[in-house]
Amino acid sequence: MEQFPAVKRSKDGQPIQYLIVDDSVFARKNLGRIIDSFGGKVAGEAGDGLTAITEYERLKPDIVLMDITMPQMEGIEAAEKIVQKDPHARVVMVSSVGYQENIVAALQRGARHFVQKPVKPEVLYEVIKYVLGEDGVAAGATGAGV
Amino acid sequence: MKMELIQPFINAADAVLSQGLESPVTIENLSMEQEAYRRKGVAATIALTGEIEGRVIFDLAPESAARIASRFAGSELPESDALVRETVCELANQVIGNAVSSLNDQGFRFRVHPPELHTSADGPRSTEDTEALVLSFDTSSGTVFVNIALRYQPDLASAASAGGTPSLAG
Repeated sequence: MEQFPAVKRSKDGQPIQYLIVDDSVFARKNLGRIIDSFGGKVAGEAGDGLTAITEYERLKPDIVLMDITMPQMEGIEAAEKIVQKDPHARVVMVSSVGYQENIVAALQRGARHFVQKPVKPEVLYEVIKYVLGEDGVAAGATGAGV
Repeated sequence: MKMELIQPFINAADAVLSQGLESPVTIENLSMEQEAYRRKGVAATIALTGEIEGRVIFDLAPESAARIASRFAGSELPESDALVRETVCELANQVIGNAVSSLNDQGFRFRVHPPELHTSADGPRSTEDTEALVLSFDTSSGTVFVNIALRYQPDLASAASAGGTPSLAG
């Protein structure tokens, strides 16, 4: 897999911590490999929206990558609950179902961005940099921000 | 079966498989079927309900499923590995998710249910108004079969446009 310039936290230079939420083990594994190519760290995983909320509370990751269609609680509702508790939470929806209605609903309920599956690493990389803004810095970049 | 319901599935399968396998994909065969579906190997079924109703089966021979899953996983997986079945489910999810996104943006309203692993040799028989279209895609890792049996329900569509049926998300 292509390697990207590592994106680190601006405040302490540590790798970006991710929480991956998807009911598919395959999808979580695939996203984990992509995150690895960004120099990031998978802080935790969840297979449904309810677990995602408790794992977010416990781990306080920098970014949540959230699927939409999941058992128990779907991703848009979980994203909304996470953002209600922590307005600074950065939730990026990652789903194969990418029609306008769904994207708008996710953004209205607190998600910061939307990436359609199959995930193209170069697309997710740009989205991560955009969502982090000045809180992230890519290796080789000068000054704050990415 | 309306052709405009089918084309998005063909486009999505082509896009998902060729991107994931990093090699071109060709449609090897296309046929209509009214018999009960006979599973080829590892199969995932996704049901749709609403203005478009029916099911799509995504099916791979065991050795093809293992090759494709290994390709995606980046390491050799045995046919019996749970991740092989997971991969088939997730690929089905991605193909169908991409197709329904396109159909939804065209104005069709329906719900997509999570994929279920299809374990029986026989699947549901197609009926006269939901005859199945069977597509086989030739990939560098083996053949992928997609069996599509969908029915457009204009009654539900007109009820929805009159505000009678809620819009459904996938």
